[in-house]
Amino acid sequence: MDNKKILGGLAAAAMAVSVATSSSAEPTNGGSMIVTYKDDVSTLDPAIGYDWQNWSMIKSLFDSLLDYKPGTTVLTNDLAESYSISEDGLTYTFVLREGVKFHNGRVMTAADVKYSLDRVTNPKTQSPGAGFFASVKGFDEASGGSGELSGVTVVDDRTVAIELSRPDATFLHVMAINFSSVVPQEAVEQWGEDFGKHPVGTGAFSLAEWSLGQRLVFAKNPDYYQAGLPHLDEIVFEVGQEPVVALLRLQNGEVDVAGDGIPPAKFLEVKNDPEYANAIVEGSQLHTGYISLNVKMKPFDNLAVRKAVNMAINKDRIVRMINGRAVPANQPLPPLMPGYDPDYKGFAFDPEAAKKMLAEAGYGEGFETELYVANTDPQPRIAQAIQQDLAAIGIKAEIKSLAQANVIAAGGEEDQAPMIWSGGMAWIADFPDPSNFYGPILGCGGAVPGGWNWSWYCNEEIDARAVKADAMTNPADAAEREAMWRKIFTDIQDEAPWVPIFNEQRFTIRSDRLDGPDGIFVDPVHIPVHYDTVYLKGGQ
Amino acid sequence: MATYILRRLMEAVFILIGITMITYALLYLIPADPVRQIAGRSATPETVENIRQQLGLDLPFYEQYWRYVSALFQGDLGRSYLQKTEVSELIASRLPASLLLMVAAISLELLMGLVMGTISAVRRNSAVDNSLMVISFVGVSAPQFVVGIIFLYIFAVKLNWFPIGGYGTFHHLVLPALTLGFMGAGWYSRMMRSSMLNVLGQDFVRTARAKGLGKARVIVRHAVPNALLPIIAMIGIDIGIFMSGIVVVESVFGWPGIGQLAWQAIQRVDIPIIMGVTLVAACSIVLGNLLADIIAPFVDPRIKLK
Repeated sequence: MDNKKILGGLAAAAMAVSVATSSSAEPTNGGSMIVTYKDDVSTLDPAIGYDWQNWSMIKSLFDSLLDYKPGTTVLTNDLAESYSISEDGLTYTFVLREGVKFHNGRVMTAADVKYSLDRVTNPKTQSPGAGFFASVKGFDEASGGSGELSGVTVVDDRTVAIELSRPDATFLHVMAINFSSVVPQEAVEQWGEDFGKHPVGTGAFSLAEWSLGQRLVFAKNPDYYQAGLPHLDEIVFEVGQEPVVALLRLQNGEVDVAGDGIPPAKFLEVKNDPEYANAIVEGSQLHTGYISLNVKMKPFDNLAVRKAVNMAINKDRIVRMINGRAVPANQPLPPLMPGYDPDYKGFAFDPEAAKKMLAEAGYGEGFETELYVANTDPQPRIAQAIQQDLAAIGIKAEIKSLAQANVIAAGGEEDQAPMIWSGGMAWIADFPDPSNFYGPILGCGGAVPGGWNWSWYCNEEIDARAVKADAMTNPADAAEREAMWRKIFTDIQDEAPWVPIFNEQRFTIRSDRLDGPDGIFVDPVHIPVHYDTVYLKGGQ
Repeated sequence: MATYILRRLMEAVFILIGITMITYALLYLIPADPVRQIAGRSATPETVENIRQQLGLDLPFYEQYWRYVSALFQGDLGRSYLQKTEVSELIASRLPASLLLMVAAISLELLMGLVMGTISAVRRNSAVDNSLMVISFVGVSAPQFVVGIIFLYIFAVKLNWFPIGGYGTFHHLVLPALTLGFMGAGWYSRMMRSSMLNVLGQDFVRTARAKGLGKARVIVRHAVPNALLPIIAMIGIDIGIFMSGIVVVESVFGWPGIGQLAWQAIQRVDIPIIMGVTLVAACSIVLGNLLADIIAPFVDPRIKLK
């Protein structure tokens, strides 16, 4: 898998910006497509699955109360027909669609919604997403194993009310992530720990076959509640295919989508080949690659040193090194995230000024430090470029190139890693809201042993502002809330705990049999393609 | 004979226990926390601790190891942390593919290696000898993933003779088996050549010739069986080399065997799978060596088992 693979899994958010192809007006129905992946699928249990490979598969097998419009980050109703929010912003009442059936034929009810939320927060489930539900009343008891989520009430078969313990402006996004998927209790109990291998949901597809290490087959759900979807009768996922081999097969017409994308070594060759001009769709992601500067370790406890490092790095050169698969960044938020500040200048590349600043801070002779990096290409090469830039202002950085898991472990210790290049492990938003870019990676909550805030930056004043912003649940306050977040992130960057390097672009390569709006090939949450809405040209 | 095999099998059990101990200790010592990976980025510290307790990873090393070994003796290899499946099920689903590949590769490397080595020895210092030895040199020294990709490019992409990766038919098997066997063929051809040269210079060969036997008969009936002796012992050891080779070759060709499983597990610190695959690999090496020792006296009556 390429550098977007994250151990903890992720849901990328992106928006299509390319207009490489045009799609035919009327989608056709029927047919089958083949998608390849290098790694076997770990699980299809929506409470457990949390990597970008199974994230979109789960989206096609299961439904949540809410979802996003295909190809966008706009929230829309899914299993919920409608919802209302109480005056105080603490109670959300969802009315379910009538007659939606699970793959086993049973009609889904409000009790299933409650069961699913109880299950995901129950510690026995070991869900990596349990923390998303922290604002639901009764979360502490439920996640402590001493009860259910008391805030979730079944009003009647089609109505469920969810009460929060504090206002949470991101709650509707939480109702759209996979961890909120509705599962039938009887199927979970039947399969126990193996539910992830025998998933039963209400989604557009159902699992028809799974040969471990070889392939999975998704078959169209004839009872799917959305009329006309999915367009395909079948999707075959072939696993265990190296990205280079998958690309060869795609070029040979044997494969429709290379799930792991275009391998870096072949990128320019394919990108510049006119034959594939229509096969590649480009989109932006809610991703930022950065260098964390550990503010608890000398000399990065000194603001002037952190600023100097920010000014020393030539980001354009790094973007060129990865063949232009990214745009240079100057702040933590990526350009497409609400709250991004297009007027913010950050720290411009200026080695001379950086050198002067270091001297004023008392490090005129430079200093020695360590730069941690994941050992998969192209990360060590990027680290070498950073190393050279630092050397130009007198900083000697030794590169510690380690397995991803070891870099993450080092970042989670207060006094271990002075600098980390985040490539391959960088943050990609779980949902398109700026708060998701704060708490775990820049807030005090993440600056704990084993946490993801590798710069160990913790500013309690900013933490308080973040809590205030997330309490603004009234849709009328959305603009004000966004402005608050904008200021939070630029204020953080003024203190330079990170060197934001670039925002990665996404490139999907597909066969010329496939059709559909470009947006679904670089969909914000469905990677590599929105399986429910893609179709074959002329119903091949 | 039976006592000998029994004694060797007993030894094997101790070797395997030793291997589990060393592997477990190494995995315990690496500074990566599997619990953090299972828990994901948004997990609260309570969730992390909870998972750690459920998996028994909060226990001291000797207790964790003891738990693992006691379960092992009951035939329980544990459950994958990230794939959420029984390790025995994962290995069982992938072992047939690896065994098939291994058998095909061993047959191919023996066939290629022995034929090349014999021809080289008989045609010593000729152009044929030199070119065969160049090929064997390439086989021994070229990295397997490079060989694999080149074979794929030539035979699958350009010539379209074989499918580009995958599993299921005889056609799928040829290229990975050839890639895996290519290195061994290089070794065997060089060994066979020197072994044959040694045998061809011995008195009994001269006697056979003097009796008036044909050249082909002398080589096939008298020289080759004697030259094979040192090579048979090698096949057992070869299984160990194969075990590392399949990790690479299975990944290149998308062959759904245990090598690929191991590679994925190592990247994600999925300890139960790493332990399970290590055990399978160790078992096959131990058994391979034992097999080579048992076969040796049948091939060469001068060797006796003690």
